[in-house]
Amino acid sequence: MSRPGRDDSPDRLYTLTGGRSRSGPDNPFDLVTLVVAECDPVPGMQSEHAAILRLTERPTAVVEIAAELKLPVSITRILLSDLQAAGRVSARHPRKAAVPDPDILEQVLVGLRNL
Amino acid sequence: MDSATSETRTPLGASADNGLKIVVVGGFGAGKTTMVRSVSEIRPLNTEETMTQAGEAVDDLSGVRGKTATTVAFDFGRITLDAHNVLYLFGAPGQERFWFLWDRLFSGTLGAVVLVDTRRIDDSWYAIDRLEKHGTPFIVACNDFGGPTFTPQQIREALDLDPHVPLVNCDARSRESSKIVLITLVEHIQALYADPARAPRQELV
Repeated sequence: MSRPGRDDSPDRLYTLTGGRSRSGPDNPFDLVTLVVAECDPVPGMQSEHAAILRLTERPTAVVEIAAELKLPVSITRILLSDLQAAGRVSARHPRKAAVPDPDILEQVLVGLRNL
Repeated sequence: MDSATSETRTPLGASADNGLKIVVVGGFGAGKTTMVRSVSEIRPLNTEETMTQAGEAVDDLSGVRGKTATTVAFDFGRITLDAHNVLYLFGAPGQERFWFLWDRLFSGTLGAVVLVDTRRIDDSWYAIDRLEKHGTPFIVACNDFGGPTFTPQQIREALDLDPHVPLVNCDARSRESSKIVLITLVEHIQALYADPARAPRQELV
């Protein structure tokens, strides 16, 4: 399997994001934010956007989308924030806290023990 | 490109809403991908992030040609824990350049497993140092490659390991063994946060 993006020139990636290339630190998409499509792809839509909508019929993490599209994570985050701004996807962000929720930790342990 | 890959995907349940991260850090050949594969419900996937020399992920691609861009690839797998929680397991190289991207990729991670090849213990020293500085909870797991065996005390001394950090042996090829490693890590995290005096303070980005 070829590694994603390895042969992509910055020019191609720049084109993919329509020239708006700044995801910036305020981009809310975490690696494990779960993305859900809110609509079907429509004709004429940028092919990467259409591919994301097909991938996210069920909740799909940002990092899985990046791997499936063979795009760097930062480019994927830009595409996702475009789609979210257009109301085409919704995002379920991880519950970040300075200290992990003890209930969540317990749920993780139960889940791992049940594997 | 999407139809061929999406047909083989295993989708999450519709109610999944909380992604969690654990990072497996280790030197080249320490068995990171093997461990991820052992416990993952999906075939491990590979993706990458790019950063410029300044350590920033690429935000302004128009400037890339003038800078040195470095690409860091990493593997990951997935474990559905219950109807809401999904654990993503990342295999991350321990080399120096990778740590520029740690905050960007792994902020909010529950914790880390440092996977050690006991034939190359020195490979892990840097990762442990960085995790301590980041305040990321971690355990050390020695992957059994059938090489010379060291006592836990010898390994602790070689790694200059804090006595509170759990040290376990494992076989990364074994699902059961890898599962025990993850459980040991999460139990360690529970114990850390139950004791306010020792609770690490991770900086949120």
